[in-house]
Amino acid sequence: MSETLVSVQDMKVHFPIKRGVFMDRTVGYVYAVDGVDLEIKRGETYGLVGESGCGKSTLGRAMLRLNEPTAGKMVFDGQDFSALKGEELRRMRRRIQMVFQDPLSSLDPRQSVESILIEGLRAHGLDKGKESTNKRLRDLLTAVGLPTTALRKYPHEFSGGQRQRIGIARALALEPDLIVADEPVSALDVSVQAQVVNLMEQLQEQFGLTYLVIAHDLAVVKHISDRVGVMYLGGLVEEASAADLYAEPLHPYTRALLSAIPVPDPVVEDRRERILLAGDLPSPANPPSGCRFHTRCPWRQETRCDTERPVLRELKPGHKVACHWAEQIQSGQIQPHEVQPILVEEGDGLSPDVPLVGPASVTEALNP
Amino acid sequence: MALLEVRDLTVVFQRRGEEPFRAVDGVSFDVEPGQTVGLVGESGCGKSVTSLAIMGLLPKRGATVTGTVTYDGTDLLKLSDKQMRDKRGSELGMVFQDPLSSLNPVIPIGLQVTEVLERHRGLARKEAMIEAKNLLDKVGIPDPNRRLKEYPHQLSGGMRQRALIAIALACRPKLLIADEPTTALDVTIQAQILAVMKELVQDLGTALVMITHDLGVVAGLCDEVNVLYGGKVVEKADRHPLFAEPRHPYTHGLLASIPRLDAAPGEKLTPIRGSVADNIPWAQGCAFAPRCPNALDVCVQVTPAEEDQLGRLLRCHNPVVPGTPAAEEVPV
Repeated sequence: MSETLVSVQDMKVHFPIKRGVFMDRTVGYVYAVDGVDLEIKRGETYGLVGESGCGKSTLGRAMLRLNEPTAGKMVFDGQDFSALKGEELRRMRRRIQMVFQDPLSSLDPRQSVESILIEGLRAHGLDKGKESTNKRLRDLLTAVGLPTTALRKYPHEFSGGQRQRIGIARALALEPDLIVADEPVSALDVSVQAQVVNLMEQLQEQFGLTYLVIAHDLAVVKHISDRVGVMYLGGLVEEASAADLYAEPLHPYTRALLSAIPVPDPVVEDRRERILLAGDLPSPANPPSGCRFHTRCPWRQETRCDTERPVLRELKPGHKVACHWAEQIQSGQIQPHEVQPILVEEGDGLSPDVPLVGPASVTEALNP
Repeated sequence: MALLEVRDLTVVFQRRGEEPFRAVDGVSFDVEPGQTVGLVGESGCGKSVTSLAIMGLLPKRGATVTGTVTYDGTDLLKLSDKQMRDKRGSELGMVFQDPLSSLNPVIPIGLQVTEVLERHRGLARKEAMIEAKNLLDKVGIPDPNRRLKEYPHQLSGGMRQRALIAIALACRPKLLIADEPTTALDVTIQAQILAVMKELVQDLGTALVMITHDLGVVAGLCDEVNVLYGGKVVEKADRHPLFAEPRHPYTHGLLASIPRLDAAPGEKLTPIRGSVADNIPWAQGCAFAPRCPNALDVCVQVTPAEEDQLGRLLRCHNPVVPGTPAAEEVPV
């Protein structure tokens, strides 16, 4: 099974930044996703990792057209999903389902589980009579490991892990080909995370599902995925099979990311060398020129890094990296150096130089 | 004598018309100067309430705190509010999980740091500002002079957490309690913050109580680890034996259920069955028994005592024998 199910081509999502009360003036754009290409094969699990603000969730949502992409397209099973309209789009949506991060806020608190599950079936004409629907609902609950008595209950009556199971059952109900899971386990306690991860793996085997798993936890992603894409500031910086990525990270950012993740083993922890990144993620509204990572990269070179944006290129079969100097870094020709952290502006540009007038607190007013 | 001795700390929350709830149930541990002690557990295990009780930050009404918290020879629980205020911030520092909600949004960072210095060290505003600048510098905030005049919303999450650590360290406390200090942060930022905290503990000899749910953080940082479940310490050991040979089925189960970055491909995860909602009250037996793969009949009849078993403190009738694989997953 190596047939391509999903192909994303040069996807861009730019959110306008608006100012002004009466006239919405666009003063700039947040480059949330800025030119991503990726392919997902039928039956595989593609993991998308990155830190908050890197655009991974926006990419997932843009693929489903929950946010309309600014440019680029997604081809789903040979059809251009981004060009579909109206009824065609609606029917195609059945085949792509989503599991959200926080099951409590993504399930309607006033709908019973039965009504949550049946809603999608009705919308897509899969509710073909009481008998068969009831059987379908019972099968679904069994598949995700919930008792059939759950049908009459409401989301608040379940624990976090059980709620996520309902979210998965809701997605499964429509017999989708692709499930996009955005942080499916990060809201759960660790002992429960494993239950949901195992359930997702088991369902994939049972129903031949294809997953796009979006998460910030590289350990979870590595465990569940066949292939992993690492995102930084709106672009993919590296893509490889889960094992390769861990064994031989090629991009400096991936190296830093991997070295930063704590491993629950003191022996390993004492031995490990950490690559500490300087400073914070730059603002996606004002991304650095050239390579997006050059402001924090310990391997940054004088030339090319700050002027030329590296493209994702295949260094080894199935292992792609977007770095000008990947070969030299790997061979040790280029050694890491100190990086001075660069100030990152947060919030809107309230000037810090405005003099402070008057006391700032009651204590201060009372004891001048 | 240890710097901090917590003995039999119990916190009972009582709301009118409801059953009293024992959030913390007889927790005891010691912290030596320069030592890092971890309190680990999942949400609802009482780890945060323990820290709030030590710092005297629980509401006076509705929460009953018993036991003793001896810090440097004095029982913190017996101090008056005023005496406690003198200790907090000067000798006892605390770093909270969410830096945005623990910093005052309408006061510039500089004033929030100098406030502590003026209150506890009696510095004048000018001297305090210079000291504040040094503190921000020490925790790795670039361009501290400018940051002093900024408001919390102008700083990134990592910078806010650094500012909070700077405030906690302003008076060189002998004891620092960090409640999930890195949970709200990204991993690369988490690594930066943990490096700062490690350095400070080494340089200043501060004793650190680290509260977290992340076993990875504990493995790299803590000398001694207390694993909490349902308000009780179920296993207490040094980090090396604890991670090498977890003996309590809960600790064992937790370690088997987290995917490890360095695991071989195809590694299987063994989750702990059920959820905390399945717990039975400690009074009736072992709270973990309904989820425990090692549970015996005695586990639901007799409360296991905290005993010195196998070179560590353990609260279990049927500890895990080292070398046995994680119990087979019970179908849910």
